Amino acid sequence: MSQPILPRRALIGGLASAGTLGLAGCSGDPPTYGSLLRMGDNLTWRAHRLLFGRGLAREYDKSEITSIVAIGTTDPANAMEPAFDPDQGDAYDRLRHGAFADWRLEVAGSVARPGFYSLADLQRLPARTQVTKHTCEEGWSAIAQWTGTPLGLLLKASGVKPTARFVNLHAYDMLVETIDIVDAFHPQTILAYAMNGRDLPVQHGAPLRARVETQLGYKSLKFLRRIVVTDRFEDPGKRGDIQNGWSWYAGI
Amino acid sequence: MTASLETAAPDAGHAAWVRLCHWLIAAAVLTLAYSGVVILMAHPRLYWGNAGNDLTRAWLELPLGRNYRHGGWAPPLAFGTGPAGPVSRVRTYDIFNQNGWARSLHFLVAWGLAAAVFAYLVVGAFTGHLRRALLPALADLSPPRLWADVRAHLAWPPPRAAGGPPYNLMQKLAYALVIFAALPLVILSGLAMSPAVGAAWPWIPAIFGGSQSARSVHFLLLCALALFLLVHLAMVALTGAWRQLRAMTFGGRR
Repeated sequence: MSQPILPRRALIGGLASAGTLGLAGCSGDPPTYGSLLRMGDNLTWRAHRLLFGRGLAREYDKSEITSIVAIGTTDPANAMEPAFDPDQGDAYDRLRHGAFADWRLEVAGSVARPGFYSLADLQRLPARTQVTKHTCEEGWSAIAQWTGTPLGLLLKASGVKPTARFVNLHAYDMLVETIDIVDAFHPQTILAYAMNGRDLPVQHGAPLRARVETQLGYKSLKFLRRIVVTDRFEDPGKRGDIQNGWSWYAGI
Repeated sequence: MTASLETAAPDAGHAAWVRLCHWLIAAAVLTLAYSGVVILMAHPRLYWGNAGNDLTRAWLELPLGRNYRHGGWAPPLAFGTGPAGPVSRVRTYDIFNQNGWARSLHFLVAWGLAAAVFAYLVVGAFTGHLRRALLPALADLSPPRLWADVRAHLAWPPPRAAGGPPYNLMQKLAYALVIFAALPLVILSGLAMSPAVGAAWPWIPAIFGGSQSARSVHFLLLCALALFLLVHLAMVALTGAWRQLRAMTFGGRR
């Protein structure tokens, strides 16, 4: 894909954000809590936003699909799993036994029209299918085909406000992942309900998971329950990355 | 004009900017090697191509910690594409994973390494240091001269070396390979593993034939740099460790 020449507005915006490349950020930026490592995470995020355009992650041929391991939470109803949420596990179990007919995705926060979407609602919206590589922070990777609703499309349909800067994804386990608005509107960032041409299996996040192809695998949160658009970085505390010692930005 | 930055007199030993870059790069490489091995321990398997995981073939499995050839896999789930088609398996094994701090430390220090290597190359190019001190003359690369230099290195006892250039042929080749090849390639192969870099600049992973190939190259370059470090430290020790350390830290020759 050829890169367009930077328009002047992007150049000026880039120069402006170059000023904040240092350790200080603007208010509403991801917190560092005085940690050098977290400052480094924000430096990498800023540099990526300054340098990178809207390039698409490589898409592969279906014949290149590989086997894939399922890690992290592989069943939100299993109380033995480390990220089990006692407040959500039973609800997930009931929804699964009902083939997710009663499942709804909540869209909330900085949107003009918050609401709830069933799987059928999402499947009525235009879908995108992509064969992409999942890159796990552990070091392995796998290629699979994903079909789902572009997150940007859903955010636009919900009347996302111009002040929106981050999106928090909430799951049926204890996990919450934050992505910035640039990744949220990336054309390959989708809410996937199908994998390799079939319904998403439970071990890979049924009924709906995020696919954020410009980020490491842990940003492609499984078992989605709720999406909250925010104007400033809302640290999800012990459910999020930072307070568990991980980088909130996972582009590298 | 450029001579003011470079050591004006050939006897002055290491220039101040060389000493600064040397120790910055040394500290960065050691921290990156440490955090890099911790990262590798989370998944001590290496592959060629774009993708690889526990369910595909590795070209190297490293016995690093408890994740080496670990078991703990649920029965495979097929995707309905025939017996040879892709499968998925749930991992039930609790792996060693310290990547939270190790990755962030690795990338923080990688910024420092990139800055120090860049500064060294730019100042070195402008002062003529790279050409004068590091690049061997073409005529020196003839087999007789190379052989003569190898033989000189095998002489016992080893001669006491003065701190700083001029360097002999083997020194020039070793230092040039590190600064012109190994360090730039280790940064590039590191970038090639990043999903955001791969989307923005797909030519970077393409250079290595895919991001898993880049990960393998990244590891092989660590091995090459570790080998260089061992030989480097041995040569420093054999030719006057204390004097050489002082010359690389405070400058001067004595």
